[in-house]
Amino acid sequence: MSGLDWLIPVVLTVITASTPLLLAATGELVTERAGVLNLGVEGMMLVGAIAAFAVASATGSGLLGILAALLAGAAMALVFAVLTISMMANQVASGLALTIFGVGLSALVGASFVGIALDPLPQLSIPGLSAIPVLGPILFGQDLLVYLSFAILAAVAWFLARTRPGLVLKAVGESHDSAHALGYRVIAIRYGATLFGGAMAGLGGAYLSLSYTPMWAENMTAGRGWIALALVVFATWRPGRLLLGAYMFGAITILQLHAQGAGVEIPSQFMSMLPYLATILVLVLISRDSTKIRLNAPACLGKVFRPAR
Amino acid sequence: MTTNETASETALLELRGITKAFPGILANDRIGFSIMPHEIHALLGENGAGKSTLVKIIYGVLQADAGEILWQGRPVRVSGPAAARRLGIGMVFQHFSLFEAMTVFENIALAMDGERDNRALRARITTLSKTYGLPLDLDSHVYALSVGERQRIEIVRCLLQNPKLLILDEPTSVLTPQEVERLFETLRQLAREGCAILYISHKLDEVKALCDRATILRAGRTVAECDPKVETARSMAELMIGAKVQPPSRPKASGERAERLSVAGLSLVAESAFGVDLRDLSLSVSGGEILGIAGIAGNGQNELMAALTGERLLPVRPDAIVIDGRPVGSLGPPARRALGAVFVPEERNGHAAIPAMSLAENAFLTAFRRLGLLKHGLMSEAPTRRFAGRIIADYDVRTTGAQADAGSLSGGNMQKFIVGREMLQEPGLLVIAQPTWGVDPGAASAIRQALLDLAANGTAVLVISQDLDEILEICDRVAVISEGKLSEARPVAEITVEEIGLLMGGLHDLAAQAPEGRVERGS
Amino acid sequence: MALRLERRAQHSQLMVTLSPVIAILLTLLSGIVIFALLGKDPFLSLYTFFVLPLTSLYGLTELGVKATPLILIGIGLSFGFRANVWNIGAEGQLTLGAIFGGGLGIAFYDSDSALLLPAMILAGVLGGMAWAAIPAWLKTRFNANEILTSLMLTYVAVLLLSYLVHGPWRDPDGYNFPESRMFSEAGTLPLLLEASRLHLGAVIALLVVVAAWVLLTKALIGFQLRVVGLAPAAARYVGFRQKRLIWFCLLFSGGLAGLAGLSEVAGPIGQLTPSISPGYGFTAIIVAFLGRLHPVGVLFAGLVMALTYIGGEAAQIEIGLPAAVTGLFQGVLLFFLLACDMLSTYRIRFVRQPAAGPVASVKPAAGEAAAQ
Repeated sequence: MSGLDWLIPVVLTVITASTPLLLAATGELVTERAGVLNLGVEGMMLVGAIAAFAVASATGSGLLGILAALLAGAAMALVFAVLTISMMANQVASGLALTIFGVGLSALVGASFVGIALDPLPQLSIPGLSAIPVLGPILFGQDLLVYLSFAILAAVAWFLARTRPGLVLKAVGESHDSAHALGYRVIAIRYGATLFGGAMAGLGGAYLSLSYTPMWAENMTAGRGWIALALVVFATWRPGRLLLGAYMFGAITILQLHAQGAGVEIPSQFMSMLPYLATILVLVLISRDSTKIRLNAPACLGKVFRPAR
Repeated sequence: MTTNETASETALLELRGITKAFPGILANDRIGFSIMPHEIHALLGENGAGKSTLVKIIYGVLQADAGEILWQGRPVRVSGPAAARRLGIGMVFQHFSLFEAMTVFENIALAMDGERDNRALRARITTLSKTYGLPLDLDSHVYALSVGERQRIEIVRCLLQNPKLLILDEPTSVLTPQEVERLFETLRQLAREGCAILYISHKLDEVKALCDRATILRAGRTVAECDPKVETARSMAELMIGAKVQPPSRPKASGERAERLSVAGLSLVAESAFGVDLRDLSLSVSGGEILGIAGIAGNGQNELMAALTGERLLPVRPDAIVIDGRPVGSLGPPARRALGAVFVPEERNGHAAIPAMSLAENAFLTAFRRLGLLKHGLMSEAPTRRFAGRIIADYDVRTTGAQADAGSLSGGNMQKFIVGREMLQEPGLLVIAQPTWGVDPGAASAIRQALLDLAANGTAVLVISQDLDEILEICDRVAVISEGKLSEARPVAEITVEEIGLLMGGLHDLAAQAPEGRVERGS
Repeated sequence: MALRLERRAQHSQLMVTLSPVIAILLTLLSGIVIFALLGKDPFLSLYTFFVLPLTSLYGLTELGVKATPLILIGIGLSFGFRANVWNIGAEGQLTLGAIFGGGLGIAFYDSDSALLLPAMILAGVLGGMAWAAIPAWLKTRFNANEILTSLMLTYVAVLLLSYLVHGPWRDPDGYNFPESRMFSEAGTLPLLLEASRLHLGAVIALLVVVAAWVLLTKALIGFQLRVVGLAPAAARYVGFRQKRLIWFCLLFSGGLAGLAGLSEVAGPIGQLTPSISPGYGFTAIIVAFLGRLHPVGVLFAGLVMALTYIGGEAAQIEIGLPAAVTGLFQGVLLFFLLACDMLSTYRIRFVRQPAAGPVASVKPAAGEAAAQ
């Protein structure tokens, strides 16, 4: 089996590059399934990242950092929810505002944390299992957030496909007027889905600043929030395909990093363009079938709900 | 269904002084009446009389500003639909509250508050469907179903909760006469078993055929309560409408009767997954005549309209639509308008007019090319305002002036403005969908008269309408659209309501063999 | 008592005009809180941030320097936003404008031709248009969301510029700094005022404002954009071609962003560097909204947002506030603006909650004759 040993670091790095995308996109998928289009993922991730880093470096506890990221992401989403759900503001504009605000807020708070290093989150190696060659370190040697990303995705998939609250959430995204007429609390459900999306984006940010590169840098998400948004479209709002998409992107990111490291004769800037170009490519591939998008997209996505009283 | 022993004494539902205002309109003004168990009670009124608002209050979707609801003699506050269902009230909405992209079963499950066991629920649905003759395929998606099937889902959804009171809001506006008869059988069976029914309608013959008692609303108020079996349709109509409405006069057509519009073998795949494909449609309209296309909503009318206006193009077979001898299938709306065709789509808000723009801008919208309101790429403001002013004056549009937002107009006035805007462009062909849908009776009769006058001046008019009475009143010939197919047009004088009904249900062969003579619906 | 939103029968034009003012006031109020939280004297900070820059002639000219790109881009974006075309990649189009126009300036670094500057301006506009044409094509041909594609292209554009100034376009006499040569005198926008950085670009921006006002309010294309944005179905009904309008919006905004990029590198910067914009392309989104998507409004909004940049610099120098405060203020301002927008469509009412149980019936009004 030792012939495959070279694969271990590659797969491990693919996992680390995919996890923040998977976390943020899982949250956004739930938000969008409820009919809310929150374009502020980038901003929520950044605020989550700095919250996690600040708390973790102040307390020395990665767990408290993670908790802070969850709360910070949800708090950002709460601002968005108040604006778009309660005050019926345009969702596209509000999402952009959330990102601009998040970039500014995280940079302001993070100014005093630049240059500080942090111990990365510990690996939760499962004794015995992680010693299995090749599969051991990949499957059983990851940190908490990696396991969480899978667990939450599975839980979301089960929630949407099998549970009654999941059915109700989809119904709200499908037709808020019909859901309202049946007596479901559209506004409360949308608040919940939006806050969940924010918390998950915060978690994605926390993974970046606590584990992927355990430090703080301005704009360290580098467009991952936007890629997560594209992934939800790519997945046609289905959790299973989200996993595929996130890991495909992780692989592209790592591929170009390894190629740069191996001294491939292409300027590094062009290699760094790859994830962004790949995002455009998958968007085009999935969007060209407009019927498919229309059948799968929540019918009320981005629409303002105005209940009659 | 449960039977209430003290039924004869206490009313199941009693309303007292229900009042509800929206900005600019008093929708319900101190409405009061009561419904007994076993009773099929009609709530009768014109469009806009306040019926839908009232039933939404009963069902808890809206909250009354003032007034009292008594349920089995006790005052209650219906805080929401869930509270209404707990009391035993079920409701079938006019615009169904269904989820298109979900299955029939999911749609029903969503309405069942306490039900957790899917298998048991499936069994209950199957039993109930059999008992009341309401067959359903639980695993098909709603968007693939006909309107009649969708209504069945709504009814089954209500009946599963063993309601004591079932509310139906205009349930027959989307059904064929034959489907209506089947629905009535189900409702009578329910009433026999003890379920009271509140039946909202503006169709007098239906109310006479089905209901035990009728409450008549006009302009948000209760104007009368009567026994529809005793009253005549005419007497109820007068109560409902108030003033006697002038039947439109038919001026004699003048001028030549050349063919202005011809459609031959038009087939078109629906744009959306929720639409209807058009299959081999043919029709022809000549100057001076009005051709009516009857049919139940959702049978291809929207797709036909889009093909006629040029909102959807036919690049492969441009000669499937010919205006004044020119094949136009591949030409957009401006080219068709240049040939003298004008169009009024069904939806006023956001389709035929833009609520957030002024009336002058709305006048400019369709008329700027024909009336030369554009000079060197810039809008000519004064002539545009004058044109809008002419529409307002000639078509009696009640508004503060050409600068008012279109959105500030009532439905009837907005429709008069739109119709006027198109007619003042002196068209050779007018295609109009649902000319009087949701319009008050006064405006409706004015619009119908304007259509007759326009035809008399030599314009070819094509009316697509769900309102059979309207078609029979103003059209010279009528064709029926059903599942994307169009029947052959026949003179109105030579076709019976029953034949049209069979055609609406897609039964072309049966309709051809239908016996002579009129058969009353539902008696 | 409870707060309740009630839909207005008609759009309130007063509130449309007033809400940016209210939003700015609320932002100033929250500024006091933010400064206090940062441990600074709030009023001194506010003064330094928002007033001090306006007290000198140099400060005022700097306002014009910063407002120029914001107004140019804001005008372009406002057209698209009206038609629901969400170009948020103006930063990338700005970068490409700088690369196209700047490339010309580098190629002819020793030219003194009077044609060089006009050619650079044209190249800048074309560069921005070319970059915006990509999302336009992807949207009209493949239905790909322009928000995501235009944004992804921004990252690509910045990397492209970075490659150029680190590689082929690096100044051979520049001690290995990642910067291009300085443009020649003929390749630089002339200054309007001695001892300032205010350049010809400001005049061009004003001309663009006037032209945009005519286009939007008087011309058919402006009418079409408004119709598409307010009622897409109505636009189809009268045959305004949506795809053509998408192309127009993206090319128009891309061209203006490219012009802004060129006017930065051929103006205050004078060469190509890895970072030519402090996020003007994103701030212009706020400018467009703050200006009510109207050219004249965008002019004022551009000046207000320019002040946040200059004020941020002043506050950094004078009282040591972090530069990021600027971004924070901009985000907060947009939040308040979006919230205040509600006031033009809704009015806030204080209502008594209906009591539980039976509700008192209303007294019959006088003259009740219609019943029975």
